[in-house]
Amino acid sequence: MSSENINVALIGNPNTGKTSVFNHLTGLNQQVGNYPGITVEKKIGFSKLPYNIKANILDLPGTYSLNASSIDENVVIELLLNKNDKLYPDVALVVTDVENLKRNLLLFTQIKDLEIPTILVINMADRMEYKGITLDIPYLEEQLNTKIALISSRKGTGIEALKNLIVSYKSISTKPCLDASSIDPEYFNKLRHAYPSQSVYKLWLVICQDVNFGHLERHEIQNSFTKSHSELKRLQQKETIKRYQFINDVLKIGQTIDTAVAKDFRSKLDRVLTHRVWGYVIFFAVLFLIFQSIFDWSSYPMDFIDATFANLSAYTSNHLPPGMLTDLLSQGIIPGIGGIVIFIPQIAFLFLFISILEESGYMSRVVFLMDKIMRRFGLSGKSVVPLISGTACAIPAIMATRNIENWKERLITILVTPFTTCSARLPVYAIIIALVIPDQRVLGILNLQGLTLMLLYLLGFLAAIFSAYVLNKILKIKGKTFFVVEMPNYKLPLFKNVAINVIEKTKAFVYGAGKIILAISIILWFLASYGPGKNFNEAQAIVIEKSHHKNYTEAELETAVASHKLENSYIGLMGKSIEPVIAPLGYDWKIGIAIISSFAAREVFVGTLATIYSVGDTENEEPIKNKMAAEIHPQTGRKVFNFASGISLLLFYAFAMQCASTLAITKKETNSWKWPLAQLIFMSAVAYVAALVAYQFLK
Amino acid sequence: MRTTIHSLKKGQRAIIREFDIDVVPLKLLEMGCLPGNEVQLLQIAPFGDPLYLEINGSHLAIRVETAREIEVDLLNPPL
Repeated sequence: MSSENINVALIGNPNTGKTSVFNHLTGLNQQVGNYPGITVEKKIGFSKLPYNIKANILDLPGTYSLNASSIDENVVIELLLNKNDKLYPDVALVVTDVENLKRNLLLFTQIKDLEIPTILVINMADRMEYKGITLDIPYLEEQLNTKIALISSRKGTGIEALKNLIVSYKSISTKPCLDASSIDPEYFNKLRHAYPSQSVYKLWLVICQDVNFGHLERHEIQNSFTKSHSELKRLQQKETIKRYQFINDVLKIGQTIDTAVAKDFRSKLDRVLTHRVWGYVIFFAVLFLIFQSIFDWSSYPMDFIDATFANLSAYTSNHLPPGMLTDLLSQGIIPGIGGIVIFIPQIAFLFLFISILEESGYMSRVVFLMDKIMRRFGLSGKSVVPLISGTACAIPAIMATRNIENWKERLITILVTPFTTCSARLPVYAIIIALVIPDQRVLGILNLQGLTLMLLYLLGFLAAIFSAYVLNKILKIKGKTFFVVEMPNYKLPLFKNVAINVIEKTKAFVYGAGKIILAISIILWFLASYGPGKNFNEAQAIVIEKSHHKNYTEAELETAVASHKLENSYIGLMGKSIEPVIAPLGYDWKIGIAIISSFAAREVFVGTLATIYSVGDTENEEPIKNKMAAEIHPQTGRKVFNFASGISLLLFYAFAMQCASTLAITKKETNSWKWPLAQLIFMSAVAYVAALVAYQFLK
Repeated sequence: MRTTIHSLKKGQRAIIREFDIDVVPLKLLEMGCLPGNEVQLLQIAPFGDPLYLEINGSHLAIRVETAREIEVDLLNPPL
């Protein structure tokens, strides 16, 4: 038998366990990418099915219907309407939750009307007994004109049967289960007449879609067929009613629910988790746990990674033949990679918690609890998720704003999210705090360094909230608030789902940030290792001449030459040229270089200093921290990293917009250069002023 | 006074009447908020907004400003 490749699309409402089904079908055999031109995540997996058939399984974004209200949902429609797309499904799986079958079937009937072979996957079958639900599968299959797979992605049952159904997709009827055109027969007849070769339901969907989202070929449909927004919505309501009538009729016979048997765990938990006191207490306890994990638990693997890379650097330079390549490796590339790898524990912890909160259904309760409070600041309850995710990384956080329906609330959330303390700031904070804040305990239990870190997180959050408040007053955007949040059932998060999510997100972050950091550290190394003119090339002679009266040992001379070289290298000259601007903040030209390079990404700061301090100093495997602590300012004679300059640096990094990727994502999500530019200017100005005031006050 | 979802008390059930669909999001209709369907107010968030409802078997939360637009007939009037 020859092997065959088929496309399978997974479609379903959010919270139906669609991703669990995807994980079951594909295992770890998945690829996460983006749809071209937009930042919607595209997940494709591969599955080996019976009879030597291979399937490309596409996990489409969760959607409640084929009427898109976000670009995520729009992806689903664009694919299903475009037969020429190379991912156009040979068979669609509509994943539904047995407890929400009625609502989930709305989407099913719409997909069915597109005349794609469609399998109905009824998930969470393990909950049926608990909820007193029984289903008449043969009846439902007949009425809905489909094949049904009753599965439990939690228990892993029914997956083999589902695979067998997929293989026999050709035998599934493509007949629609109801005729949507009866909502306005005259109009639909005209459509049918004008475009005899097209499916009338597809035409209708194209007409309904909001033009803002996509580039569906609306222009091909004559203007005589377009209707006013209000008329369209009336028809859409009629269509929805008609679909529900059909679904109700089918379920009346096909599904029985014995409410006497049904147990209700949800309302008890809801009463506690959304309680006016306990709700907030629990929420803050959860936040505390998250931050505890970032500050405390991840420090152990991080120290280990730090030491490992320092040793690796020293090992390389001692054991490889000396030369340019070895220097580049030991001083540029290895410290650069170390700067990325060190993030992994913190990023993983954050994604772990966020993923558990989302999977368990708790996140919706937080949205419910916080909405009224957040609205006072021009945000939405749904802004809580981006603001929490922002502590990992602003990029996924800004993408997570997509489900905020109100444009003004969404825009404000996008604009202020970069103020929250993302993990890229952590290494900067960590090293500076270690240098300038004494490692003491106050009040017996609180560690002063930990407390400072906590205050910096709080500062970031307050800056976000305060800016939101100001933006809310300034921005004059009118928009309807169409706030609808599904409150899903509570579920114990599945280990496999959480693990895959954490791995995928961490991988994406490390590769994404890694490329930039690696490139920058290589460029920096070159700029620091070469310089123009006599001052750089004849450094040895100049230093010897200048220091002939001092009795340098050989080692001291070498250090003096190296530092002279660095000062006159390309990067040294760059740093020196901006020194007048940053001197009032208490920084020297070396910090200046680190700040310049970290405008691409903050985390480059530590790597840059590591590169700068290790250029020409290969034997020394001392941690970068000790080198920084020993650094003396040549003019003032004081330590470069003292209390005043340290606080000033902390404030600068807390507020400054130093992340090219965040600016890029803001541009993509707001579709304009205006907003990222505003972010850059506003945040950097706040940072400069805060750092200036702090240094001048403390010095 | 009109009886709307906003005027329900916690735990109260009602049947949704006709409403002006221009002020209600399509998504809410798709979740089952349609004339003739049953709605129950499950929880009210601290500070009185949003409202946590069960509509047609779906559990969802909407803001008061939307709830005010949806008229209902009470099923179990308070004693």
